[in-house]
Amino acid sequence: MTETLYGISAEVNGTVRAGQVVARTSLVDWLREHLHLTGTHVGCEHGVCGACSVMFDGEPVRSCLMYAVQANGHRVTTVEGLQRPDGQLSVLQDSFCETHALQCGYCTPGMLIAAQALLDANPRPTEHEIREAISGNLCRCTGYQQIVEAIALAAQRMGEDAT
Amino acid sequence: MKAPPFEYVRATSVEEACALLGQYGDGAKVLAGGQNLVPMMAFRLLHPSWLIDINEIPALKFVAVETDVVRMGACARQCDIQRDDAIAARAPLLRQALSFVGHAQTRNRGTVGGSLAHADPSAELPLVAQVLGASLVLRAASSTRTLPASSFFSGPMMTELRPDECLEQIHWPVWRDRKTGSSFNEISRRHGDFAIVAAAAQIAVDDDDRCTRAAFGVGGAGPMPVAFPDLAQRLVGCRLGEDELDDVAWDAAAALEPDSDIHATAAYRRHLAGVLVTRVLQSAYEAAKAVP
Ligand code: FES
Ligand code: FES
Repeated sequence: MTETLYGISAEVNGTVRAGQVVARTSLVDWLREHLHLTGTHVGCEHGVCGACSVMFDGEPVRSCLMYAVQANGHRVTTVEGLQRPDGQLSVLQDSFCETHALQCGYCTPGMLIAAQALLDANPRPTEHEIREAISGNLCRCTGYQQIVEAIALAAQRMGEDAT
Repeated sequence: MKAPPFEYVRATSVEEACALLGQYGDGAKVLAGGQNLVPMMAFRLLHPSWLIDINEIPALKFVAVETDVVRMGACARQCDIQRDDAIAARAPLLRQALSFVGHAQTRNRGTVGGSLAHADPSAELPLVAQVLGASLVLRAASSTRTLPASSFFSGPMMTELRPDECLEQIHWPVWRDRKTGSSFNEISRRHGDFAIVAAAAQIAVDDDDRCTRAAFGVGGAGPMPVAFPDLAQRLVGCRLGEDELDDVAWDAAAALEPDSDIHATAAYRRHLAGVLVTRVLQSAYEAAKAVP
């Protein structure tokens, strides 16, 4: 069977990116293998681990549970899109470094997306809210405690910056 | 794994989606939030030749909160329903149940209709549909029919949806009794997983704390979630003490025919059902009494 190629165009990290995909290309495979945005990781490919989390129209979703064709006309932000405009690490990313919130780093892009989405919606989350927000993301190194600390630290720093 | 090859079409209206379903029939699947369908395709448990994407149909995303009913399009996102305070005021079981459905990232994509049409016996929303007696509007190219949840579900992952039909709307009845309370609870291995057993209840009381109306049900302990209208009727007219609640809960548990699997034995599931029904009845009753 020859598979049809579908033309798609989506805003990825602020830039319009176009391409041709077969229908079964997942969004994460398009990002990683066609656009070479390998910051987004792919773990389980069936919606369990959260490593592939990206923002889709501003909301965190699992990019292995979407097909790239579905992104046509939509806006996607990957972990590469979290950095500051000058290329420096964001407050959240910096906080992850500072509290040692990554070990092997496999879960980190998904954790950063989940955490950034939380802070965008709720700049002063409680510890419970932080844990709830990252509950869909598995860390095989099980360093959850430092991840929670990193997000709390980022919230605190962003609060200070705002005042 | 990767999905097997298929062709994709983005429907722009309900009419178009139904026409495509009529045209491709058995070979087509409706793609809503994809939080169940996409993993099943990755596992190669399903291999449709066409996916009809209904995510871009505005008419399937509406929410209408009315006095007697909360109506919504099948493609309403779980996250939007969970956040909606007007829905939480009218049909609080929905928000209570949604807090157990997956995680933020899956609720952002997952739809209410998708969860119902997938009909996992352990899923939360089908249970709420049974307990509240939701109605489901099924649309085909040249017909529309409305089924109560009790006849929509027909077995594990099975519904009465015909291959040419698309779930279009869900209508959730609103209880107008002033003092109404509800509760949802479940036991799962990890929060956000499918329930091993789940229970939901809604109770209304009068000013003397006597139950005037009751509904409850259990999921995860049989081929589909079930409600127990006859047992619930026994609560009406009573002040609900431990004895009344226990009696009804354990009669419900005894009526279930759960299976054993890798997660739990049948006996354990039945036990959980009894315990959880007692808990949700109790907390729904307390919530109803607490309404001023
Ligand atoms: S790779 Fe998407 S959830 Fe695991
Ligand atoms: S740091 Fe290794 S998976 Fe989380």
